[in-house]
Amino acid sequence: MALLEVRDLQVRVEEREILHGLSLTVNKGEVHAIMGPNGSGKSTLSHVIAGKPGYEVTGGEILFKGEDLLEMSPDERAAKGVFLAFQYPVEIPGVATMTFLRTALNAQRKARGESEYSTPDFLKKVREVAASLNIPQEMLRRGVNVGFSGGEKKRNEVLQMALFEPSLCILDEMDSGLDIDALRIAADGVNALRSSERAMVVITHYQRLLNYIVPDFVHVMSKGRVVKSGGKELALELEESGYAQFEDQAA
Amino acid sequence: MNLALVKPTMNGTAGDVFVAARERLPGKGPVAELRQTAFDDFAQKGLPHRRVEEWKYTDLRVLLREIAPLAAAPDQAALDRARTTLASLDVIGAHRLVLVDGAFAPELSDTASEDGVTVQTLRAMLENADVAARADLLRTSAASDAMISLNAAMATDGVVIDVAENAAPGKPLHIVHVSTQSKTAAFTRSLATIANGARVTLIESFVAANGTAGYQAHDSMVLWAGDGADVQHIRLVEDAPDAANISTAVVALGERTQYRAFNLTSGGAVCRYQAFVRFGGQNAHADVNGVSLLNGRQHADNTLVLDHAVPHCTSNEVFRAVVDDSAHSVFQGRINVHPDAQKTDARMMTRALLLSDDAEADNKPELEIFADDVQCGHGATTGALDDSLLFYLRARGLPEKEAQALLIQAFVGEAMESIADEALRDVAIATAERWLAARG
Repeated sequence: MALLEVRDLQVRVEEREILHGLSLTVNKGEVHAIMGPNGSGKSTLSHVIAGKPGYEVTGGEILFKGEDLLEMSPDERAAKGVFLAFQYPVEIPGVATMTFLRTALNAQRKARGESEYSTPDFLKKVREVAASLNIPQEMLRRGVNVGFSGGEKKRNEVLQMALFEPSLCILDEMDSGLDIDALRIAADGVNALRSSERAMVVITHYQRLLNYIVPDFVHVMSKGRVVKSGGKELALELEESGYAQFEDQAA
Repeated sequence: MNLALVKPTMNGTAGDVFVAARERLPGKGPVAELRQTAFDDFAQKGLPHRRVEEWKYTDLRVLLREIAPLAAAPDQAALDRARTTLASLDVIGAHRLVLVDGAFAPELSDTASEDGVTVQTLRAMLENADVAARADLLRTSAASDAMISLNAAMATDGVVIDVAENAAPGKPLHIVHVSTQSKTAAFTRSLATIANGARVTLIESFVAANGTAGYQAHDSMVLWAGDGADVQHIRLVEDAPDAANISTAVVALGERTQYRAFNLTSGGAVCRYQAFVRFGGQNAHADVNGVSLLNGRQHADNTLVLDHAVPHCTSNEVFRAVVDDSAHSVFQGRINVHPDAQKTDARMMTRALLLSDDAEADNKPELEIFADDVQCGHGATTGALDDSLLFYLRARGLPEKEAQALLIQAFVGEAMESIADEALRDVAIATAERWLAARG
């Protein structure tokens, strides 16, 4: 059974159809890259998988571990192992990062019928992961993402990914707004989480990110559909020729 | 008294309430005369309504309709019920001064003496003909207001606290108002005189014995803080869900006085807290903060008037309201900067969070500035929880109510942070947590 099975997905936002029958199969252990020009529906796909309100699914289905994902609330999806690393992580003043991490982790564990983490175990784990991502303790005492740089926000996303141990990670434009050094740190964090039990979907506009997070499969999206799939060499090909050739194919 | 003047506006009941109660109101001679004058003022004005500017959003003719009859002096059963209620208070370790149905209850109050603190009852002082200025106990410096006048006319008891110069009592002083009689009104008036250099925490709680319904608590607090005094003033309004609480604080500050007030309203159907704070000495500072947590059909009004009458004083107001269901929050904040009050720094920020389509918040900040070298600022916002923040939290596994609760706690947290006393801050936070838990 595939980890994630997207079948003929059709999605509307405010009466406008964004995805016109998109299909995608992701198995455990695989890293898929989804590339495409702006407006091709990449972020819409990630939002629909995570359960963001405001999207109307008019056709098709999404199965996660064989279950109907579209029937689940966003928090149920998270507890089942879906993790969306946001393109623009929000700032939440007044909610300390540590409080947020503990509340979220324990909410997920509770939903799965697992016992809550003990405080020493939790702190130990956070400290380890934070150190590996170059996140100072001081940042964890601040409000969630408050005053964080773009790179710090993305590292905070990776920190959560490491802490929550999801089985499916969707990285939405993780490279946007990052310089090369910040990108490398974040990508190293992601690579450390690659495992045979976990799959990743890396959404990006540019090939650059894929130098750091090397995918097993590359899909090209255009106008709400996957128009071409291939191996990692497809990304390099795109870098050479651009997206224009696919615009015609989709039409 | 001219009852004819009362009837058209008061449904005929207020005058009856006063006449019926008069024999039981402590104080003869000048005290009785002052009561009559105060009642005449009330009768002439009637219950405040929407055409009285200061009461525009809190029309007591609609919300309260009438003044309930004066509560009887508490009997043993009432005191026993009050005792049970006191056992469940969050604030512990304070020096308790308990008023049950508008009467001081020595058997429920702490009698051990606190360093530098003298406590008398208003009733005893009003009845003591040797106290030459006893009628002054019923006067305030605040502008004429119908409900202040009614309180002066009807006040049955209260505590009169004197804190000696440079005293620093080890425990907070905790005035607890307990209502045990349904459909009655209690009128209390307390005075706190904090001498120069004294340092004190004053807490006021409003609670009801289990099952007490439809009562009215009418209270006044007259607080005078001398030069260099440091006063923390916390109010916890946890009245029964269908009760009314109409309270006034008249606060006068001296030189270098630090006054930090926090008003937490979580109970009561109709609440009005009006605070008049006057700076009378230079280099003083006041924080007048508050949080209202409202649901059902609750109506809570916080009205502040700050008078910067002298130069070099600073004030800061941070107010937050969380309004659910069809509840209604009102915040009116007026800062008057008098002509001589140069170098005044006055800030006011009020924010309301609406959790339902039927929730309502009215924010009215007002600045009136007659000095030319001052810094004053105010801001007011009203809005719902941010959907993008909610989605972020839910995508991390928090169920909807938990995600909302976390954001609401953060919203009120900024105001609660200002409570310097850690134990009291925890009481406020616990109240918010209980309120959130009750949302389900």
